[in-house]
Formats: sequence, C-alpha cells, structure tokens
Amino acid sequence: MTETTATTELREPPRLSDATPGRAQLGRVGDFFLRSILPLVLAIGTGSIVLVAIGVDPMQYYKDVYSGGVQFAAWQDTAMRVAPLLLIAVGLIVAFKAGIWNLGMDGQFLLAAAVIAGIGSRLEHHLPNTINLVLLFLIAGAVGAAWTIVPAVLKARYELNEIITTLMMTFIGINLAQILVKGPFQDPSTTTPQTRALEFSALLPSLPGTESSARRWPGVHVGVVVALIAAFVVWFLLSRTSLGLRLQVLGASTRSARHMGLDVPRLIIVTFLLSGMFVGFAAATEILGVKGYQRADWDPAFGLSVVPLVFLARLHPIGVIPYVVLLSLASIGGDYAAQNAGLTPKFTLLLVGLTLIYMALTEWIARRAELGGSYFPGASYRRQRASGTG
Amino acid sequence: MTTLLAATDVFSEQALTALVAGAILAGVPLMFAALGELVSQRAGVLNIGLEGMMLMGAYAGFVAAYHGGSEWLGYGAGLLAGAGVSLLMVLFCVRWGLDQIVTGIAITLTCEGATGLIFEAEFAESRPTLGAADKVAVPVLSDLPVVGGKGESNGSIFTQPLIVYIGLGLAVVVAWVLRRTHMGLNVRAAGDAPGALDAAGVSVFATRTWAVLFAGAMAGLGGACLAIVSTGLFQDTIVGGRGFIAIVLAMLARGRPLWAILGAMLFGASLSIADWAQVAQINISTDLVFMLPFLLVLVVLVLFGRRAYLPAALALPYERGTRQ
Repeated sequence: MTETTATTELREPPRLSDATPGRAQLGRVGDFFLRSILPLVLAIGTGSIVLVAIGVDPMQYYKDVYSGGVQFAAWQDTAMRVAPLLLIAVGLIVAFKAGIWNLGMDGQFLLAAAVIAGIGSRLEHHLPNTINLVLLFLIAGAVGAAWTIVPAVLKARYELNEIITTLMMTFIGINLAQILVKGPFQDPSTTTPQTRALEFSALLPSLPGTESSARRWPGVHVGVVVALIAAFVVWFLLSRTSLGLRLQVLGASTRSARHMGLDVPRLIIVTFLLSGMFVGFAAATEILGVKGYQRADWDPAFGLSVVPLVFLARLHPIGVIPYVVLLSLASIGGDYAAQNAGLTPKFTLLLVGLTLIYMALTEWIARRAELGGSYFPGASYRRQRASGTG
Repeated sequence: MTTLLAATDVFSEQALTALVAGAILAGVPLMFAALGELVSQRAGVLNIGLEGMMLMGAYAGFVAAYHGGSEWLGYGAGLLAGAGVSLLMVLFCVRWGLDQIVTGIAITLTCEGATGLIFEAEFAESRPTLGAADKVAVPVLSDLPVVGGKGESNGSIFTQPLIVYIGLGLAVVVAWVLRRTHMGLNVRAAGDAPGALDAAGVSVFATRTWAVLFAGAMAGLGGACLAIVSTGLFQDTIVGGRGFIAIVLAMLARGRPLWAILGAMLFGASLSIADWAQVAQINISTDLVFMLPFLLVLVVLVLFGRRAYLPAALALPYERGTRQ
C-alpha cells in the first residue's frame, strides 16, 4: 500500500472553490473495493449476460471453471500456471513502474523457452540435475533480458518509442524461436517441428505433498516457489531500495529524474534488462516445469492477458498474486468449462478484456468524483503538472 | 539438370505473377490499417486496439458478405464494425482522457474473445468459405506480362478487386489532405500542439474523435479485406498480429501515408516470397523471410539511430485549459 500514500501526497490539494464536504477520499476498504474488486465483478456479470445471450447457463459455466480448475487434481495445474503468469506480471511491474512500456513480452518469453528447450535436452546427461536446472534458469533469464537490449539502448540513447521497438522485437523473437526449434534444436527422431523432450527426471522437482495418484505428472513444481520469491524480491526492490525509488521517480516524470541528477539512460537499460529477465524466468518455469519440450507452433501468448492484472493490483508485486491465481484458475478451468459448454477457450480472453474496460471506467468515475488513488503511478502527478498547480 | 529445370520454373512468368499477386493480397489489409493508424497517431492518439478493430471488421465483413452475398456489403459492415469499436476509444481516450495504451489492449483482448466466441457459436459446424472476389482488369495494362495478371487466379498489379484500387487512391487522398488542406493541418496540430489548436478555436476533441473513427473504420475495412479478398474465410487467428504490424508500420512511416503503403507492400512481399519459395522448393525458412523486414528496420534504426518522428502530444490526453 506504499504507493497509495505516495500518490495521495502527490495529488493536488483540494482547491477552495470545490472543497465541498463529503467529497473526501474513500477509506482504504472502499478504495480497495472500488479499484480492485468492482471491475472484476462487473466483468463477470457482463460475461454472464454474454453467456445467456449465446444460450449457455452461466452458473453451470462458472461451476465448471471451478471444477475444471480446482477439483480432481486440477488445482495442481492451476498452481503451476501461476508460475509463468506471476513472473511475467513481476517483469511488467518493474517496467511499468519506471514508465516503460515493455510490450515485447511474448517474444522474450518464446525465445527464452526455445533456447532452454533446445540446450536443456543436450545438457541433461552431462551435468548434475540441480546445476543443470539452475543453469537453464539463468540462461532463460539472460535470453529474456538480452532480447530487451535493442529497445533499451534505442530508448536510452535516441528516445525512440519503446512500444514500436518492443513490438518489432516480439515479431523477430517469435520467428527466431521457430527457426531455432525447426533448425538447430529439432528433435531428429521425429518429423514434427519440435525440440527433443527433457526426461522426467530432468524437470523441476515437485513440492512435497502435492503429488496425486490421479495424475501422470508428479506434482506442483518448485517454479511456483521461485515465482513467489521473485514477487517478494521485486516488492523489496521497489519499495525498500534506492534503485526502486529511482525507478519510481523515472516513472513519475523523466524530467524530475533528470533534474535529480539520475543517470536516466542507465536506469532505462537496467529496468529493461530486469523486466526481460523475469519474463525469461517465466519461460523457464513453463518449459522446465510443465512442457519439457517446445513445439514450433506453441505460443501461449500470456503477455497481454497479464496486463490488466498488473494494473488491478496497482503495480504492487505482492498484491498481484491473488489476481494471477484467479487468471490461472480462469484459464485452466476455462478450458474445461468451454469444452463442456461447446465454446472456445477464448471466452477467458473476453473476461480479461472486459475487466480492463471496466477498470478504465472505474478510473474515470473515481477521477470525476475525486476519490483519489489511481491505477497508474505518476498519473496524479501528471494531472497536477498539467493543471498548472505543480 | 533437374535443379536447372526447377529454377526456370520458379522464374517463369506464372510464378512471378503469383509472387506479385501474393504481395498485394497480403499487403492491402495492412495498408488500410496502417493508413488509419497513421492518421490517428498524427492527431495524437496512439491506437493500440488496432488488432481488435481489424478482427471485428474481419468478422463483420465475413458475416455480411456471407449472408448478404455481396462483397460490398462485407466491406461496408467491416468499416462500420471497426468504427463502432473505435467509439470506445473515442469515449475513453479522447473524451475522458484515460490511458490510451491500456484502453487499446482492453479493446484488442475483448474483440479477440468476442469474435472467437460468436463465430464458434454461429459457424462451429459449417466453417463456410466465400467465393473469390470479382476482379477488375485495367484495360491494356492488364495484358502486360507479370504485372498484368489477366486470366491468372490471383491476378496481379493490374488485375485486382476494385477495393485494392480504392485503397491506393485513398492513401493518395489522405496524403494530400494531411499535407495540403486545413483539415490536415488541424489533425497534425491536434497531435503536435493541441493547446495551440484549441487556442485557434478548433476543437481538439472533435478533431481527434474524427481521426480515431477514421482509424477504426480503416482497420475494420482492412480486416474485411483480409476475410473477403485475401482468404475468403474467417477464423479466430485470421488477423494474427497484423494489427500490431500495422501500428509499427504507421510509426515507421513518420507520418507519411505513402511510406505506410510502401511498408505494407514490402511486408506483403515478404509474406509472398515465403510462399513462393516453398512452392519453388528453395530451402529458405519462411520464418526468416517473415522477420526480415523488421530486422532490416531495426538494423537501420541501430546504425543511423535518428530519433523517430512522433507527434509531440502522442498518447497524451488533452485537457482544456492546461498547458501542453
């Protein structure tokens, strides 16, 4: 909740003319409900109406989401899906906090996945398993980070808009991943374009107590713990270290950052590298924990659907965890529910998109009513500057 | 000897005609979308929802052309659907001044979910396809080898559906309007100095509203072209990132419509070369060909490192009475 207070302080003071009583800010509970719960409720409500319109019983659908995502040992799948989603979310939070739009996460993700799927199956018998896994994790992080270098340098040196460059790098990254999978990393024993599969024993170990006899898979892999730790580390980094403060200043206003004497180009590059690294880690959890190999046509495209969660949690790395759990429940259970109802799994995307639209709506209403708080760091500062009171 | 034969086949008139036709088929939807995005960007609104608008346009265009039996109904429906979706952008970003990137992503996700859902509910079993769109052969020129394309299944430069020529004409008109007319000046001012435009007595909101609606309509039309002309069917992956490619093309065009066309056609050509190489059994990776245009652009950016020209107030909401 640290940034709530920060933005409160930065808000413009109430002008005398419209300082009417009763227009005060909401309390913490009201604020939380308005900002973080209401958009979700509205999206699910609208989703129900859509379901009724196409002749599907919404109650049955949402019940199926629950049973397909939690019951019958499905909760392990849901728990494992949390790992990549949370790591991507954390990577986005680092970038968005610094006001950098890293929209190239899908390219960073797929390329990192392809590299470790390809290298992993070659390394597995040459090194002890633990060292191998750690090494692959680091390689994935390095590949993810490396894929942000071009946009980072172009933004830092020439102030080139990072939205174009990261999007371009995504196209290149996705195609390069396919070239790697079909070329040097191709499994010679099959004609399907895919990498050699890692052996079961070479995958991430599972957490004790999560095994289930009903499942082919051993249990929830430790990647989930890695993701949770990453969320805590980033929370600490952003709220308790000077680097975190510098990132937040940069996010609030590049000009202030420059006036404070911060090395803005370097900060931009560091932010990009960190962000890409976490996205690379996300790929590692998915390949080393769940898939074991990569097919050329595999592209989960997690990236965009994580964006709303990050804003719902108002860029809080720990606050985003419940939303990530909800999304992974919706995506694992949603597949099952959609199949049962004869729909495409795309319905989950609709829910995510609607959540984002209602969030924007909430932002507008809250702004009109001057309720304070915002999804976007620095938004109130910019308003203040724009209205000439700062 | 066999390789020689294959090589001569590949460079035969027919194969080259197919190459040119493929470039146009793939490039035209991109051209429409990039043209719309460019106008919206010049007016200061970064429209990240282009992908969603194209999808909506593709869906509406397909359904209208399928049920109505006329491609023109399809284009009209696509145009309206795209403009309809962009109303959300107008309301949220122009009127209310909310974050353009977040709104754009919301639009893309929602449209992706919605079109997939509705299409699946409506056409789950049948998966219908449309017949080929009628082509117009330009007199005399269509008899030329390679670029003429008379009698070829996909035509060539001078034998294309009318909508292709309309699109090219439109790009020229947009370029002229932006450069030479008062309306174009207003659009550019809305992006570069909205405060000045307001002071001159022209509504920034109205200017941006029209620009965003134009972008939506063009994206919808591009989507409809994709469904009706390029593929003749609809599937939920039909747009497949082309909306984002169009955004990049529009930004790289630095505000000049004719560059956007060139970029769209270059990209279309690279898609077409990939097909052509496959038919010709030339062993180059299609993935490599797809990424070449972007790789090229990035190399140019890194080497020459000039600042990309973007409107000063791009992605910034305008509020009356504020300094900008």
